[in-house]
Amino acid sequence: MTESADGGAEIVTATINGEVRSFVAEPRHSLLEVLRDGLGLTGAKEGCNNGNCGACSVLLDGRLVNSCLVLAVEVEGSTVATVEGLATPGGLHPIQESFLADAALQCGVCTPGFIVAAKALLDVNPSPTEHDIRWWLAGNLCRCTGYDKIVRAVQGAAAALRQGS
Amino acid sequence: MTEPKTNGHTVIGTRPRRHDAVDKVTGRALYGVDARMPNMLHGRVLRSPHAHARILSIDTSRAEALPGVRAVITAKDLPDPADVMLESNEQGSAPLRYKVLNMLARDRVLYHGHAVAAVAATDAHTAKLALDLIDVRYELLPAVLDGREAMREGAPLLLPELRTERGGAFGDRPTNVASHITYAEGDVERGFAAADLIVEREFTTATVHQGYIEPHAATASWGANGELVIECASQGHFVIRDELADILQWPPSKIRIVPLEIGGGFGGKTTVWLEPHAAVLSRKSGRPVKVTMDRAEVLMGTGPAAGSYERVKIGVTTAGRITALECEIMLEAGAFPSSPIDPAAICAVGLYDLENFRVDGYDVVVNKPKTTAYRAPGAPQSTFAVESVVDEVCERLRMDPIEFRLLNAAREGSLRADGTRFRRIGMIECLEAARASDHWMTPLVQTKGVKRGRGVGAGHWINTSGQATVNARLDADGTVLLLEGSVDIGGTRTAIAMQLAEAIGIPAADVHPFIPDTSSVVHSRLTGGSRTAFVTGLAAYEAGRELQRMMLDGLTRLWGAEARRVAGGGFAGPERQVSFKDAARLLAAARIECNAVVTLKAPEAGPAYAINIADVEVDEETGKTRVIRYTAVQDVGKSIYPPHVEGQIHGGTAQGIGWALNEGYWYDAEGHLRNATLLDYRMPTALDLPMIETIVVEVPNPKHPYGVRGVGEIPIVPPLATIANAIHDAVGVRMADLPITPSRLAASLAERDAGRTVGAGR
Repeated sequence: MTESADGGAEIVTATINGEVRSFVAEPRHSLLEVLRDGLGLTGAKEGCNNGNCGACSVLLDGRLVNSCLVLAVEVEGSTVATVEGLATPGGLHPIQESFLADAALQCGVCTPGFIVAAKALLDVNPSPTEHDIRWWLAGNLCRCTGYDKIVRAVQGAAAALRQGS
Repeated sequence: MTEPKTNGHTVIGTRPRRHDAVDKVTGRALYGVDARMPNMLHGRVLRSPHAHARILSIDTSRAEALPGVRAVITAKDLPDPADVMLESNEQGSAPLRYKVLNMLARDRVLYHGHAVAAVAATDAHTAKLALDLIDVRYELLPAVLDGREAMREGAPLLLPELRTERGGAFGDRPTNVASHITYAEGDVERGFAAADLIVEREFTTATVHQGYIEPHAATASWGANGELVIECASQGHFVIRDELADILQWPPSKIRIVPLEIGGGFGGKTTVWLEPHAAVLSRKSGRPVKVTMDRAEVLMGTGPAAGSYERVKIGVTTAGRITALECEIMLEAGAFPSSPIDPAAICAVGLYDLENFRVDGYDVVVNKPKTTAYRAPGAPQSTFAVESVVDEVCERLRMDPIEFRLLNAAREGSLRADGTRFRRIGMIECLEAARASDHWMTPLVQTKGVKRGRGVGAGHWINTSGQATVNARLDADGTVLLLEGSVDIGGTRTAIAMQLAEAIGIPAADVHPFIPDTSSVVHSRLTGGSRTAFVTGLAAYEAGRELQRMMLDGLTRLWGAEARRVAGGGFAGPERQVSFKDAARLLAAARIECNAVVTLKAPEAGPAYAINIADVEVDEETGKTRVIRYTAVQDVGKSIYPPHVEGQIHGGTAQGIGWALNEGYWYDAEGHLRNATLLDYRMPTALDLPMIETIVVEVPNPKHPYGVRGVGEIPIVPPLATIANAIHDAVGVRMADLPITPSRLAASLAERDAGRTVGAGR
């Protein structure tokens, strides 16, 4: 970490979606702000800025976090995965495919957060029950879908991932 | 059931992938909050900490001196217009002055969260710090938060000039009652005299918020040439342009609104919120400005749905026929007039075949945020009251709630609130489908430790129509570019594209829907009132037919002989036959352009009906209610894109359940909003809901070639009473005040038990 002359801003280096990136962060900047405003990764959204809605969900060293509750300077040396890193040039991630197939989105603003949260779930629990899914996703708010198709999409993605592995 | 053109549809009723979904699962889609302009400043808004106060002075000098601050604005920076009227929107017309006063308070703040000033700075943190340096001196005034108190003699007055409007005339005394409306047919007194049983009850509902996940944002660039460009998410970019033109007194031709993806609206984004601030800050600073709200501002400073009071009186014969319905509804408009009192009143008498009814509605100002539309505005509140009383009537008559509703259901020819008669509607079909559903046929099983109950509730929504525009252009590769004038809030892009695809005979994937800015397509009304798939879909259907005519004309010219359509989607002349794509290629090579612009006004919307069945379990110790099974039956006219029809039903139902059980603004005695976070303003999570079973009924709308009715709003109407009725079935108490929180229900259960003790001791 390098001290900067300006208001305590620091240069932070972290692996973001597989690329080593350095960025300037003030102590008051959240990871979400740096991702969106500094790095142009606008897939994570600010819905509440206090950890209640999950729209800003990202994986920090593989763990699901609300990026609005992480200070940007805290991610020095860490790996961060956002929704932008899920698809490859070869195609969408099975969770993304499943959200498309099941029409598990309406306005779509919460969708990146749900997809990242679903990935974190399926990484540790490849065969979740409906209750497991609802419990895990209770930190992500969706106002359009009533969650019905989201839960089904995660079930579908789990099945696809089990078949693929 | 007659179905127009149902047979042989190749696109309508299928489940193609929606056009915008890949961008939305990959994070590529750009929403209002994602806008970014070169050299952009960041803006924030200062809001009133008081519910009601006189502004003695505003000193912005310390804020202006903060390094990084580029502009500070107050109400003085907005034009002070005379009392002209704004273009009517979904909520009805409102004097422009009120709209301007809601944007930035002038001499008084009227609610906790009322905007007072705004700052643009080099970054959002600096802008926020600058807000603390704006010195506002207030003189506190008494506040009134409850609409019924606001109606009383001697209540604090919000708007000194306000007089009650009644049938176009105005009262002569200062008041908080902005309007009093009445719909009446027949003779209610005679109706009640003919009744064997009369039930009369009172109800209240709390102020609730639409709860869209995307907070408001607006990014404006006011060029030195006078051209104002705003990128924002709204439910109608033409509405935003026209309201801005009025508020800023600037020609609409110099304003261009670029519609970005919208992260939910549900009626709450049908009007300007931050756009005027962003525009004026940009003009003052000479740079683009992006103004954003945080979640607390969204809850305290935008337009929630009205809190309400209802009194409902229903008379019935022992045979179960309603003889009269009388209803009083008070909606809290918030700090300025114009709540959806009209649809609230209309929907209160739209469920049943009534000969005698009278409904009185009051639009009342209180020291809360100015309300805006929320999904079927006004109908959930009034329907909660009517359907709760209907449930009690069924209980006391010992009648099955579905049979009672079938006996009394509104049908073709039934009286509407305004004295006209319904055309073909689907309430009876919905009831029959509910009666035949697996849910209704399966008896409720009790379990240890909790009490289970089943409830039924109905809903009606008027649906709206109005103007819509599309522009369809045939491209050389045989696809159609479809410019839609209506914002897509929940997937209408696809539902509209499918109607064009069906009309012209190509796959949905070969239509490329796009929503251009206000300078690139002709005026369309907002996306709201469940109108878009219906009206803009109708325009797309007409555009498809027009495009086909143009292609036939072009090929006829090319071939020198009459071209016609053939089975399989191609075109044929006397000597040759080509596919649709080959026809497009031939026309493009010959520079024969096929470009259809359709602007139309749909004559009349097809009203919507829905029936819900809910099973709940109540923990009598804690008062917590859990929904364990839910079925929503709805007449959709014709399901164009079934995944989204189901999705609209799921989402509206979830919001209705939240309205019934959890959601509500809490104000303290001084009028401060105390739950302006998503932790304390508790919307349903995935864990709070079961799967929602949908039963789609199709009673075609005679006013649409495919039979489409609006589907988006009605799903929120039935759940409120359905849940309350299920709770009554479970534990025997009637919950007349929403939300039915655990503490409220526990208190009612304690009263019930105390009542039993008293009764036993007599």
